[in-house]
Formats: sequence, structure tokens, C-alpha cells
Amino acid sequence: MTYIPHSPKERDAMLATIGVKKLEDLFQDVPSKHRFPKLDLPPALTEMEASSELMELATDNENIRGDLVSFLGAGVYNHYIPSVVDYVLRRGEFYTAYTPYQPEISQGTLQAIFEYQSLITALTGMEVSNASHYDGATAVAEAANMAHAQFHGKRSKIVISPTVHPQYRATLRTYVQGMGLELAGDDPTADLEVGPEALESLIDGNTALVVIQYPDFFGRVYDLAKLIEAAHGQGALVCVAANPTALALFKTPGEMGADMVVGEGQPLGIPLSFGGPYLGFFTTRKQYVHKMSGRLVGETLDNRGQRAFVLTLTAREQHIKRERATSNICSNEGLMALACAVYLSVLGKTGLRQVAELCYHKAHYAADQIKRVKGYELCFDTPFFHEFSVCCPIPVEQVNAHLLDHGILGGYDLGQDYPALKDRMLVAVTEMNTKEEIDALVEVLAEARHD
Amino acid sequence: MNIPAHLKYTKTDEWFDPSTGAMGLSDYAQGQLSDIVFVEILVSAGDVLEAGKPIASVESVKAAAETYSAASGKVVAINEELANSPEILNKDPYGAGWMVKVESGKISGLMDAAAYTKYCEERAH
Repeated sequence: MTYIPHSPKERDAMLATIGVKKLEDLFQDVPSKHRFPKLDLPPALTEMEASSELMELATDNENIRGDLVSFLGAGVYNHYIPSVVDYVLRRGEFYTAYTPYQPEISQGTLQAIFEYQSLITALTGMEVSNASHYDGATAVAEAANMAHAQFHGKRSKIVISPTVHPQYRATLRTYVQGMGLELAGDDPTADLEVGPEALESLIDGNTALVVIQYPDFFGRVYDLAKLIEAAHGQGALVCVAANPTALALFKTPGEMGADMVVGEGQPLGIPLSFGGPYLGFFTTRKQYVHKMSGRLVGETLDNRGQRAFVLTLTAREQHIKRERATSNICSNEGLMALACAVYLSVLGKTGLRQVAELCYHKAHYAADQIKRVKGYELCFDTPFFHEFSVCCPIPVEQVNAHLLDHGILGGYDLGQDYPALKDRMLVAVTEMNTKEEIDALVEVLAEARHD
Repeated sequence: MNIPAHLKYTKTDEWFDPSTGAMGLSDYAQGQLSDIVFVEILVSAGDVLEAGKPIASVESVKAAAETYSAASGKVVAINEELANSPEILNKDPYGAGWMVKVESGKISGLMDAAAYTKYCEERAH
């Protein structure tokens, strides 16, 4: 398809065909006083002037590509994005592609999504993946929708650990309104050191779903097998919200028996971009696929026996199943899923593991160095991946102000979401942080407490 | 179009066999839906059905439809095979494609084969 605007000659021919004298005559149905209103806009800028103005606005922002060294995580992370990701994304065929409901003109998009689904399924240890959701938070909410649908509304309780990301819990609270679902366990004042077993007493025959995060919001890694077994013992489903980079290093939730593994795919080739666009990945077992929301790409043969891709099990989607569909959602993050697929295929199993190992070792080096600084302690002694909580001698706000003066973006202030964790900071370390940067962080932390 | 003479039919294209208490989707229905990919029986043995209430959810490649009970009565059996092989509904809607069996099934206002044939023909244009 070409996109060439019409010439005046073509326009005149079209107007003549429909019997209209000029283009303005097509707007006769709009009352004349509203037809071509005068708008109080400043005069148009040239491209050069507009570009300059936007550049000035943009440089007001400090970002982690050159201004700041970041140790901030809490759900999204600063990882290296190979240049080939952007190169593939910016191809017009992908960049401007619309939703692939017509397979005859969407094979490229469909194949890209199919590859993404296959890669995510392998990474999580599960059986089927959809074409993605908006972000990790809504992916968790869709797991709740799915569990609700699976039990035909007969089970009304969702058990969720307070160690799941605060924004995921807030999103779930929003979603369950009006659904006849109650949440249990969503209590930031609960004991945060007990581990996943803390949820077991909340699970009963009325529980549709148990939601747990891996690693949890505080970066801690727990074996979830026992909790999953306890949930299954009550007939409940289990959704694990997982960090995808961690899955290259640790046992997958699929291997532990999870029914859905979901999460934020941003770490896999997507920039931080001050909040989005991000990528919600959603995987489950084949037996539940008919209750899964979102798009699903399948592989098949066309009428000439050629391999082809197509959106499949489309009767699940809300424009067909309507009020009986699992969810109102029938969208996905196509371009972000493509970024993820390119990132995973370029790194491969070995490369992704290497990234995970670098994150793990650098974070543990940082934790070791920080705990040697007088006044600072590691808050928990549970095994962690690339994030850990630091108990600070002064409020986190003050520590971070000091760090910012030195060009360092400090960790997340946990006191914002957990009343018992005042003066505690969640520090993330990735392969992007050099030893020098970590040593500088430690030095400034030591300095900060003397203010 | 296959419309067995010994069965009764609903306006929503379900059939009922008064001699066995079995019910399911008619040949006309499966043809309209085209390839069926998912069948979910919504009732269990022991449930008491009311005619007209949903008993199953059926999804095909292009549509999603509810199946309604043709009779009132207590469910004695549901066809577990349909979950594994939904295509049975297309291949053998009156035989292996039975969905639910009730005992002491009460029916009211159902069409016989001749009336149903006419009803299907009317809708054909």
C-alpha cells in the first residue's frame, strides 16, 4: 500500500463524481457559525523553531542516559538495550502496523507476536502466552479476571501478598470493584519477614486466586512451591508476578507449579521512559487458555499449505463474547512485545543469563559495601536478586537529596508504602552500574549521614 | 439439513429426546457456528434445570453462543467428552454430541421436526 496524498486534479475528479462543487460543501451539515471557527492559536512555527523549542523543554529533564547514575528500581529497571532493538522497531512496517485482525496483510506483525509468545513461554516455564497486556500491574488484574471466570464467579476471594508491588495491589483494588470479589492479605502493616507461608492461613475453599511476586517487591527470592501446593490443596489458582530477568537465573514459577506467570516486561529491551509504554506479559497452562483474555497468535497452514500466522481462539475476545468475556481487554502492546522479542533473540539464553548474573553479583557487591558503612544496615537477610532494602540512619528523602547533588538517583523510599519501613531504601543494581559507580554511591552514603 | 423426526426442538436451536432425556444443539446450529473449538458445560449432575436457562457455552472460530435448556428436570449426566473434543458437536450433533441428560424432563412449547424444518427454512433467507 502506498501513502501518497491526492493531487488537486484527483480531488476535483472525486468531487465531480459525487456531484460536489468544492470540498467546503461537504461540511454543510455543520451549523455555519461552527463550521470554520477562528482558533486563538499563536502563529505557526517553522519545523526548525518547533524543534528548538521542544529541545529546550526536553533538556530541562535530567535522565539516566548521561546526567544521572541510577540505583532506582521498584518494578522497572535500567538495563542495556542493544541498538538492533531500535533499528527493528523503527521499520515503518512494524512502527505503523495496526492490529492484525486481517491475517492476509499482517503476517509480519503476527509472526513477531508469535515469536514473542514463544520466547516468553520458554522464559517462564509455562505452556501458553498471550500477545501481552499494557503492563505488569494490569497483567495481575487480568489473572484475577481469569480466576473469577474459571470458577464462574462461585469463588469470591483473592489472596494477595503485601510484598507484591504497591501499584499492582492498587490496580487490583481498582479492578475488583463491582466484581463481587474481596481481597485478603493486602495489608502493608502485616509482618513482612514471615515469607510466603504467611498467606497460607488466608487460603480457603472460597479462594479463586493467590497472588505472589518473585522476587518480591523488596527484591527477595523465596521458594514458592509450598505456598503453591497449599493453594492447590484448596482448589485455588496461583498467579506469580515475576521479574523476567530473574527468570534467567532462578527456578521458574512454571517449574514450581504456578497456574499463571505474569509480570512487567520492561526490563527486556524497553526504555524507562518515565512510566511507559511498558509491557505486561501473561502466561498460563493450556487447560486455562479459553478463559485467558487478550489476543493470541497461532500458527497454521493457509489454503495452499504454506505456514501462516493468525489471531486464534478469537471468540474469547470481548467484541464477540461481549458481556460473557473474561475481560474488556482485547488489546496488546505490539511494538513493546516486538522490542522484547528482539531483545530476547539477540541475547539468547546465554546472554540473558549473563545479564542476570552481572545484576546479581553487582547488587551483592553493593550490598556488602553498603553494610560496612556506619549507620547503614541491610534490612532483611533473605536471599535476593538485584534489589535489596537498606536501613538508613536518616530519612530516605535526605539521603536521596544528597545523592542527587552528586549526580546519583538513589533508591525507592519504602516508607511511602509501608508504615513500618520508614527510613528504608530499596536499592537496585543492574549490569549498567560500574564498580566505580557503586563505590561512589557508597562514598556519598557515608557522607550523607554526617549532614 | 438433518432434523431427526423423533426429537423436539426449541426456537434457540436445541433438541430434546423425550425417550432418553438427552439434549444438545441442532444440526442447523452447528452449521451456523462453523468449526466449534470450545464447549463448556455450565451445569453438573444433580442440578435442577429450568427450561430456557443456559446449560453450556460454545465457542467457534467466529462466534460465541450460549446453549439453553430445552427441558426442566434434574441433571443426571453431562457429556465430559465435549471438553476434550469440541468438534463432536459439528460431526454428530444428535448422537455423540449430546450435552446434558435430565430425568423426568418436562417440556412445553417445543416444535416437532416438521415445525422446526419450516422454522429453519424461514431463516434461510
